[in-house]
Amino acid sequence: MIAQTRPLLSRVADAVYWMASYIERAENVARFIGVNLHLQLDMPLEPAQQWQSLIDTSGDAEVFRKRFGVATQTNVIRFLMMDAENPNSIYSCLRSARENARSIRETISSEIWEQINSMYLEMMQAEWALQQPGLLLETLSQIRLGCHLFRGIADTTMSHNEAWHFVHLGGSLERADKISRILDVKYFMLLPSPTFVGTPYDDLHWSAVLKSVSGLEMYRKRHGQIAPRNIVEFLVLDRDFPRAILHCIRRADESLHAITGTPIGSFGCHAEQLLGMLRAKLDFTSVDRVIKNGLHEYLDGLQVNVNEVGDSLFEEFFAWRRPVQVAASAGES
Amino acid sequence: MHFQQYQLDGFHDEMFDGEGRPRPQARLLLESIEALEEGQLLRCQRAAERLLLQLGITFNVYSESAGAERIFPFDLIPRILPADEWDWIERGLIQRIHALNEFIDDIYHEQKILKDRIIPEEIIRSATFYRPQCRGIHPPRRVWCHITGTDLVRSGDGQIYVLEDNLRVPSGVSYVLQNRNLMKRTFPYVFEGLHVRPVDGYPSNLLETLEAMAPAGSAEKPTVVLLTPGAYNSAYFEHSFLAQQMGIQLVEGGDLAVQDGVVWMRTTRGLHKVDVIYRRIDDDFLDPQAFRADSLLGVPGLLEAYRGGRVALANAPGNGVADDKVVYSYVPEIIRYYEGEDPILPNVPTYRCCEDSARKHVLANLEKLVVKCANESGGYGMLVGPHSTTEQRREFAGRIEAQPRNYIAQPTLSLSRVPTLVEDHFEGRHVDLRPYILYGKEIKVLPGGLTRVALRKGSLVVNSSQGGGSKDTWVMARSPNGGEA
Repeated sequence: MIAQTRPLLSRVADAVYWMASYIERAENVARFIGVNLHLQLDMPLEPAQQWQSLIDTSGDAEVFRKRFGVATQTNVIRFLMMDAENPNSIYSCLRSARENARSIRETISSEIWEQINSMYLEMMQAEWALQQPGLLLETLSQIRLGCHLFRGIADTTMSHNEAWHFVHLGGSLERADKISRILDVKYFMLLPSPTFVGTPYDDLHWSAVLKSVSGLEMYRKRHGQIAPRNIVEFLVLDRDFPRAILHCIRRADESLHAITGTPIGSFGCHAEQLLGMLRAKLDFTSVDRVIKNGLHEYLDGLQVNVNEVGDSLFEEFFAWRRPVQVAASAGES
Repeated sequence: MHFQQYQLDGFHDEMFDGEGRPRPQARLLLESIEALEEGQLLRCQRAAERLLLQLGITFNVYSESAGAERIFPFDLIPRILPADEWDWIERGLIQRIHALNEFIDDIYHEQKILKDRIIPEEIIRSATFYRPQCRGIHPPRRVWCHITGTDLVRSGDGQIYVLEDNLRVPSGVSYVLQNRNLMKRTFPYVFEGLHVRPVDGYPSNLLETLEAMAPAGSAEKPTVVLLTPGAYNSAYFEHSFLAQQMGIQLVEGGDLAVQDGVVWMRTTRGLHKVDVIYRRIDDDFLDPQAFRADSLLGVPGLLEAYRGGRVALANAPGNGVADDKVVYSYVPEIIRYYEGEDPILPNVPTYRCCEDSARKHVLANLEKLVVKCANESGGYGMLVGPHSTTEQRREFAGRIEAQPRNYIAQPTLSLSRVPTLVEDHFEGRHVDLRPYILYGKEIKVLPGGLTRVALRKGSLVVNSSQGGGSKDTWVMARSPNGGEA
């Protein structure tokens, strides 16, 4: 168990968790848009489908269709980047991250707050970048860098205490969820059935998927040639790649155990039980088995599991308006 | 940039004497400003403003949409206080706060000062911030005003007066620390060769003051928390800043609960006992069971836990009785009564409208006087006679006659001025000064305080809600040989 310097308020734990989660979400949206823009330059002839698939990844397809109708590059980018009404746009994510950070400025370091605040202030000025593809790519890469900077600052300016582990927990779970979504959508699009033989463009698409998680280079070192089976293995079951689902779940599991003090491999609360089961589900399977039984079903199941973990974390740690109950250890000392 | 064109306009200036010669304590600063490259000062000023936004040093504006944040404008030219004058102010503040604390303790216990007829009992009973719920409470160390932000002004004759005591929940000290930080980051050249007294010790002193209040039976290192109304409160930045600097928890009402007479906070591991609460919530909203029942910000049962001596509150509820402006007018008598000495710092001469002769004088001289409501602050509810219309004066005359107890009047002071950057040159702007006084094991005064400046030309209103800004405040250190450094 991490050294207990001072207790962490439930409200603060909640805000720290969501702050990290929103930053991760903003980064992933920026990555997806950026990769699609690059893809667009390689394949100018099949535009619309790419942008629709981005909306499908975001999980906001229905809302989008009602407000904008057919997906085009312009309206998708506006919706995902700047739209204040879309709670998952980059702008909204940074705003939410900032609101959370603002409510816990005394817990996080000043440097973390300044980083999030300046990312938000820059995003408020980003409207003009929408008009110019060159600037747009640059802006997206600035957002990605800003998120890297956030994590680096958090790791190097904040004690690795309970609050810091909640930062990791929030970021890791959000990342696992986003990877599963992009893989799900792209796999469905590129391989409608296991026997389908792709077009020459498929390599480009799969490379793009890997690039969107900064994974192309690491994938090449691990597996070499582009092959859907290996890509699934790399993004779902790799233990070492930081944007593989298993890796994220293991990191989340470690942080949760650091918070509670329960040894890894056992559980002391429902959230730990659920997260441990999810980890085992990933630890003890193989890629061929996953594909044989249906990747979509498997990924769908993972997303449900991640949500359940989130819900139980809320119940266990954040539900600070729960009835007063004095814990045995909380008496006067 | 130069001061050759700078106009005194007949006001007392903090930087120049009546003949336009630099005052001794300002000479070195003026020289180094004049030696700056063309445009450098303006660049520093703009850098400071950018930094304020980046650091998120903002206050919330109630009248605007939820979450609207503004920076509190900052002017680079500091206000300087010489060592001798500051020593005198400090002695005066210590005397005043000690006497006021004795007074409040007396009011909630024996009421000797009322029995001795120094102050009419009726004045206390009718004071808006008098809290009968606090009768008989014994706060730790008998301290009621742990943190005070007294407002001082210098008038045209050069005399410093106490304008208000602000005993309840004074704010602004975070700007003192941030202004100094901002000066050092954007305008470091001017500190060279000067001995300005540091202000960084405030968070440690504040924490020490709060820890000294821990009730008997607390842990060796007591749990101190800062209670805020939340992220949309106008002073939220200050709350989080102070909590961060002291390394204590920033809590909202919903984070706390009272059980078995003890205050607990809700943590990820269950409940944790709280010993001292630095509350930045007004008395009225502190505890819906004791004060306003409709308060959602407070903690039910808090006052009972406090009365039972299981938790300390700073500032102590009920101390606002001395913020009443009619009670203020009695402070010189309060000092004589409890301290047996004459007051060091003078009050602004004050007419109590509840006294017949004073009221007649006030009503006959409204166009010359400033009339204030006894229980308003922040520059609201007042009439500035010389700037008022006949209609406004008639309205105030009616209010005074209807509720004489609620009004006092004072002569219109011409506040002193400090050179302030206006576009690309200097102009004089009126200032006040709010020093911060801590009362724990002993009374300590932060060197300097917050200098607020009325940025609008000719304006006397320095409040942030009404076009005010702030300046760094320098108290010069004494050199080893006893002179100014």
